Amino acid sequence: MEVELAVVVGALYAAGFYMMMRRNIFKLVLGLALLGHAANLLIFTMGRLVRGHPPVMHTREIQLRGLFADPIPEALILTAIVIGFGIQAFAIVLVKRAHQTPWTDETRLE
Amino acid sequence: MNHFLVLPIVIPLSCAVISFFFWRRPALQKVVGVVGSSIWFAVTLLILHTVRREGIQVTQLGSWPAPFGITLVADTLSAVLVLLTGLIVLTTFIVSWSEIESQRVAFGYCPLLHILAMGICGAFLTGDLFNLYVWFEVMLIASFVLLGLGGKRPQLEATIKYVALNLIASALFLAGIGVLYGVVGTLNMADLAQQMRGPSPPNLAPTLATLLLIAFGIKAAMFPLFFWLPASYPAPPPPVSAVFAGLLTKVGVYSLLRSFTLIFPPGNHTSLQLITLLSALTMLVGILGAIPQKNLRRNFSFTLVSHIGYLLAGLGLFSPLAMAGSLFYLVHDIVAKTCLFLFSGIIERLTMHSDITKMGGIYRSHPLISGCFFLLALSVSGIPPLSGFWGKLLLVQAGLNGNAYNLVAVMLLTGLLTLYSMMKIWSEVFWKDSTRDALVASRSPERVVPLPMPLVIPVVCLVGISLLMGLFPSPVYELASEASRQMFDADAYIQAVMGGKR
Repeated sequence: MEVELAVVVGALYAAGFYMMMRRNIFKLVLGLALLGHAANLLIFTMGRLVRGHPPVMHTREIQLRGLFADPIPEALILTAIVIGFGIQAFAIVLVKRAHQTPWTDETRLE
Repeated sequence: MNHFLVLPIVIPLSCAVISFFFWRRPALQKVVGVVGSSIWFAVTLLILHTVRREGIQVTQLGSWPAPFGITLVADTLSAVLVLLTGLIVLTTFIVSWSEIESQRVAFGYCPLLHILAMGICGAFLTGDLFNLYVWFEVMLIASFVLLGLGGKRPQLEATIKYVALNLIASALFLAGIGVLYGVVGTLNMADLAQQMRGPSPPNLAPTLATLLLIAFGIKAAMFPLFFWLPASYPAPPPPVSAVFAGLLTKVGVYSLLRSFTLIFPPGNHTSLQLITLLSALTMLVGILGAIPQKNLRRNFSFTLVSHIGYLLAGLGLFSPLAMAGSLFYLVHDIVAKTCLFLFSGIIERLTMHSDITKMGGIYRSHPLISGCFFLLALSVSGIPPLSGFWGKLLLVQAGLNGNAYNLVAVMLLTGLLTLYSMMKIWSEVFWKDSTRDALVASRSPERVVPLPMPLVIPVVCLVGISLLMGLFPSPVYELASEASRQMFDADAYIQAVMGGKR
């Protein structure tokens, strides 16, 4: 599973950087979104991909043993997703505003 | 445990919330800004005083013990930077009194500035790498809106460049954090330092160091990654570009200094050599970019980039003396660069131009302000006995001790070129007679534009601080060398945060 996700993360990074290098401002925003997703998936993969091993301790255990799914990367991703969502919304509005605002004589002089 | 370390974050947040209550009362928002940031400045003074007297201060948020919860740490470096943030934000609020029209305030200028201040302070105080990322984002979101506020086309285009580059940096930083957590299993900086110095350091350390170097390098405007800065900083009104110039790039520099002294242990010589090379290139390319610029604030922006190199040179040389030099320069640079950008506001107000060839004659009409600029220009170029000189002196001395002659040569050459660039501005803007264009712009030749006091007083005060730091350098030197000693003593930091359990 790790290998598949590694390929997906790599593909997302590649697509993100490719989009950002296009001469189209909206594709820049899409590229930024893809980069964010790639980083999130990378963190997710670092949290060990195991099925059916929640980080729950059984009675009389004082330490988690064996492989278990680490909850912290997931908490980190949640934070990063929320932040990324806000920033992408801002970026889209910004691009739209820049597209709609014309160059005026006054601004050209500056 | 001291809970007052939360105050530099809580005070701006409360001020922002209070400003929201006065959404339709711009004047009241400005009052909240000035009063709030004055209280805040007093608190930052108190923090520095406590840190000087009692050593490193640590707050475990929610009383979670160190590697599990979020830690706030104030060592001398953080305390000094928080103090300077307080000073610069207070200055900015005073200047905004006259320089920011109420139209901008009506769209949330004041709360945004508070939130920006909160983000910067959080970044300086946090002892947790992911928390640093969150503070970066808080700061960035506020700065995006501050940059774009006003909605003119050049400003919006500048914002797009700024947003794109900073988001790339954030994505790289986030990826670095993810991999770091995967290989080390912690994000608390003290715990990270402990693990990295442990018997089995993780293999990926050089890769991670490079990732963070690129991410922080973009934010700090380091050599190959600086081009977003001159493209975006000249666009917003002077108080905004002043606070950006003074503080935002310095957060990147701070993160570099912190991560490369604490998290990634010394001995990794390739990355230090790389930083030395990049700092030299930053200095040279930055100042060579500044010299041909005719636009005043673009010129200042390139100078700003160039002097980031001095801040990184101390890290590259990696000796306590060099670090003290860089920190002295950091204190000087925050004050001087803010002041420089505020001066651009004064000059543009007087000449109604942003092109230096079309300006002139300010010395004849405003000799006092011109004198202040002259002092500041000499200080920025590092002429003794002004504040820019001492940091450079320490760096040169450390460079000679470390046999880094090429770097020393670059530092001295950059100082000379800065002097050339600054004197060119002095003669174009202040010394030469008013050009015909400037006369047409002002409509009457003998017109004396009154300068608003809220703009002049902070500028004169900042020049005064710079002058005092130059004439009496020993307190600042003591602070800088103490901060640098603490940075090289990672064990004391780990001890303070982790509470003695190894």
